[in-house]
Amino acid sequence: MGRRLAGFLHGRPRLQVGSLLAGPAAWLVVGYLGSLAVLLVSAFWTVDPLSGEVVKGFSLENFESLINEPVYRTIIGRTVLIAAAVTVTDALIALPIAFYMAKVASRRGKALLVVGVLLPLWSSYLVKVLSWRTMLSEDGVINWALNPFGLEGPGYGITAVWLVASYLWLPYMILPIYAGLERIPNSLISASEDLGAKPLTTFRRVILPLVFPAVVAGSIFTFSLTLGDYIAPRLVSNSQFIGTAIFANITNDLPFAAALALVPIVVMIAYLAVARKLGAFEHI
Amino acid sequence: MRGKDAHSARTAWLVVAGLVAFMLILAGCGGSDDDGGDGGEELQKIGKGEGQVDLISWAGYVEPEWAKPFEQKTGCTVNNKVAGTSDEMVQLMRTGEYDGVSASGNASARLVDGGDVAPVNVDLVPNYETVFDDLKDQPYNTFDGVHYGIPHGRGANLLMWNSDSVEPAPDSWDVMLDPKVASKYKGKISAYDDPIYIADAAVYLMTHQPDLGIENPYELNQEQFDAAVQLLEEQQPNVGEYWSEAAKQISAFANGDSEVGTTWQYQYFALQEEGEPVAASPASQGFLPKEGATGWSDTWMLSNVAKHPNCMYEWMDWIVSPKVNAEVAEFFGEAPAQSLSCDETADKNFCAKYHADNPAFWKRVYYWQTPLADCGNGEEDCKDYNDWVRAWTTIKG
Repeated sequence: MGRRLAGFLHGRPRLQVGSLLAGPAAWLVVGYLGSLAVLLVSAFWTVDPLSGEVVKGFSLENFESLINEPVYRTIIGRTVLIAAAVTVTDALIALPIAFYMAKVASRRGKALLVVGVLLPLWSSYLVKVLSWRTMLSEDGVINWALNPFGLEGPGYGITAVWLVASYLWLPYMILPIYAGLERIPNSLISASEDLGAKPLTTFRRVILPLVFPAVVAGSIFTFSLTLGDYIAPRLVSNSQFIGTAIFANITNDLPFAAALALVPIVVMIAYLAVARKLGAFEHI
Repeated sequence: MRGKDAHSARTAWLVVAGLVAFMLILAGCGGSDDDGGDGGEELQKIGKGEGQVDLISWAGYVEPEWAKPFEQKTGCTVNNKVAGTSDEMVQLMRTGEYDGVSASGNASARLVDGGDVAPVNVDLVPNYETVFDDLKDQPYNTFDGVHYGIPHGRGANLLMWNSDSVEPAPDSWDVMLDPKVASKYKGKISAYDDPIYIADAAVYLMTHQPDLGIENPYELNQEQFDAAVQLLEEQQPNVGEYWSEAAKQISAFANGDSEVGTTWQYQYFALQEEGEPVAASPASQGFLPKEGATGWSDTWMLSNVAKHPNCMYEWMDWIVSPKVNAEVAEFFGEAPAQSLSCDETADKNFCAKYHADNPAFWKRVYYWQTPLADCGNGEEDCKDYNDWVRAWTTIKG
């Protein structure tokens, strides 16, 4: 049997590749794209007001309320702003760290730093958010540290979401930038110096353009992860974000939740389009 | 390169378009899959247990103290899922994965209407006989004369506060809802994160704005509803946290992030046990806040597609048996549904404290119920639950 199959496949490279890829491809199509398609379709359904059961049909009702009710515009705006703020914060923190890791640190130091960046990823997401909830609380360690200076911690709120999300997704920004910087030959930096460029000029004219695609790659992680998160906002703030609004509607009005869930997808498509325009994918 | 890029992009779009078309067809075909709806046949005789029972319950309703003996007696292993809100319960029941649920009145009507629960033959539940009469045949457990469950117990939602920082002890919901008083606790107020919380504002308005003419906080016309929503919008800046998981509220009170809030007995007892300085307006001290309060009267309901109906019947009888119902009531801090439980409680005064047998007391407790457009005046002009859900999102901003 095996021999015959092998004989059959011999000299048919397309069939070989096809049968190898069939499993993963089916998984991708059914599991990922399929569920997205179901989401898209169910956004056009409605819910029977009395029984709360889903009525399968075609209606634009969900999108109308999404656009017409000011509260959803506020929620979407707030979420996008937070995602942008987290992305910028993470990029600003990650660039120097990644640069030190890639270009300055010794072999040993580099290994230590990589482990240090990866270490938080080994612990559970929920544990990290709950620790932040405890640290940010009235009796928490942040207030304990700040109070002697007459200062007060941010407490729960939008600032807390920004802090926690920036912490959570930082490794996803550092690692791509580090990988991007590793690929820049040191000779380019030396050449820039030899030609009389000041360090800042070298950074601005040589390093930044080369590492920019990596920054964009990292920003896709930080931006989209913040955009969709609902646990951290629920635990450290009172404000509604796209994720929490989806969660609030999932029990009563699944179709509306589906319509809401399309918002981050649309935002991400726009984001990727802009990133492409900026030339982020040219060297990939 | 460009040419190849464009080509693969077109292929990708074709794949996506094909998938969408496929899913649309699939969705169209799957149109009518609601069987049931008007309830199946009642069970006529309890058969052999199926070996397990899958429950959805409020925190504190299914605890090892009385679940373990049940397992030993009946051979039905108890799998329990704790839900934080009625919406969550309805959603979980709709999965068809559970045999029964301890539904409050704001879930029961929806479950019956959606055909998610089956009529219950109360003759197969011997302990039903001695359940308090004012819990039987109520609009939240009996529909068109058909029983849909077994009463579990009832209680009022509490006003809880930190006794170190809130002085004097409040006797009114003013501390949460009157903007002038509540602003003293700005950022320290803890409110229940569920659309049904709008009814708490309506109860408050019944006393403080009587000309609105609210008679039932779950049956609100446009004007009454707007007033309640406005009250909560004014409250919003003062709210430190909206909670829907009991554990979240417990940690907020323990860490000093919340100082006054609406709560359940479960959190109150848990905080007391941790030695936190909390006080509440429990029924046990003989008073509700002076406006009255929202509350609940819960019913164990049987899923329409229960895989273990026999075990579920056994469970419903077990949970209202005198000794067990007394245990649950004392553990959770609610009035038992079983009249004979009053002889079984460890605290012999328990039933008196919790007004278990005092129908007059419960007149000022407004049990959760599902808001419907049709509120009995023939006009269909009340705000329905969808309106409540929308308004709740707007209130939180």
